[in-house]
Amino acid sequence: MNSPNGYRRESSGGHPPYDNPAYASTHKRAPRNAPVRLEHTLSEITGPRFAGDLPAPGEDDLTHFDGGEALGERIIVTGRVLDEDGRAIPHTVIEIWQANAAGRYAHAEDRHEAPLDPYFAGIGRVITDTQGAYRFMTVKPGAYPWRNHHNAWRPNHIHFSLFGPSFATRLITQMYFPGDPLLDLDPIFNSVPDRSARERLIAKFDIEVTIPEYALGYRFDFVIRGREATPTPG
Amino acid sequence: MSPLQTPSQTVGPFFKPALIRSGNESLVTSNSRGERITIEGRILDGDAAGISDAMIELWQANADGRYDHPDDLQEKLIDPEFHGFGRAATDELGRFRFHTIKPGSATGPGNLLHAPHINVSIFARGLLKRLVTRIYFPGEQLNATDPVLNTVAPGRRSTLIARIENADQPGILRFDIVLQGENETVFFDV
Ligand SMILES: [Fe+2]
Repeated sequence: MNSPNGYRRESSGGHPPYDNPAYASTHKRAPRNAPVRLEHTLSEITGPRFAGDLPAPGEDDLTHFDGGEALGERIIVTGRVLDEDGRAIPHTVIEIWQANAAGRYAHAEDRHEAPLDPYFAGIGRVITDTQGAYRFMTVKPGAYPWRNHHNAWRPNHIHFSLFGPSFATRLITQMYFPGDPLLDLDPIFNSVPDRSARERLIAKFDIEVTIPEYALGYRFDFVIRGREATPTPG
Repeated sequence: MSPLQTPSQTVGPFFKPALIRSGNESLVTSNSRGERITIEGRILDGDAAGISDAMIELWQANADGRYDHPDDLQEKLIDPEFHGFGRAATDELGRFRFHTIKPGSATGPGNLLHAPHINVSIFARGLLKRLVTRIYFPGEQLNATDPVLNTVAPGRRSTLIARIENADQPGILRFDIVLQGENETVFFDV
């Protein structure tokens, strides 16, 4: 039986290593053994789809929750999910979570002494259209302190989880904002070795996306792995 | 110019309200085909402490060894009652539990039968990108010839094979995931 081709590998320098001395939580969690390279089989070139559990109307608007409107600077985030060959990835679910405008997550374990916003849950989902495009509205998340080192602060960021077409293309990442002075100081952002790769995590302000009198617009594309040009060996 | 990959970043500690929904730890309905199994275990760090803020995802074939995906070209039946994806968070002791079925064998190139296995992704604070491992089954003849299991050093293969802890409950399989240190689980670069 012939199998469809496998997927290309992680670009070198384009992803963080597991072990990162500047990020304390990696110290006891990063494996000591190098991962064993696995030639792609059916297990990796297939992958989950969200059958029957697709985003509902309203899940693309984080600014309204529980009958009220969230505080903060309203923003639109839009872009496309593409693979390395520039092909659109349609019908893939993107899950979204973030802190509120004050830098506090609606999460029991977040002890940061910043106010919760009763009208902001910080959770959303979208699905890409036939062109691979997505769009949602939220408020700009605040920066927040963490205990990684003295006076450590996370830059403004939004968390994203997406699947793409296969097990091999699974991606969880964070999007940052242009001009944030905390970026240079953040061990998580700087865990990506290549500067140019890191900068791909920064959204671009776009006046064309901006809605007059209402919300600032940002563009952010996700690029997941493309397919190998030749069939997978055994 | 071709676009370049978006780098991975950690899932962080605050993902549960967004990503974890009760019920996603069960991959089966009452009508799914196949032998019911429960997979339970803990995720442990380099101090052998349970990791309470991890997320685990399973991806597996159905009872016939067929993945619910258009790129699986095997001439085997799809099971409309089994899609093969599950997700769970660990609890305060680092424990997780899934309800699923034992997958069948998928056929690889050269008509080689792969040993039944479940593909696993692990995400957590402190993991800047996911870890990938596989759960294999004890006492499977095909384990001896599985092309992936055979790329792993023999002394470490046992970390990939679930255990039956209680012979009276052969449907309950134990699979601990050790991120670091002695008996470190084998992880794969996919
Ligand atoms: Fe965060």
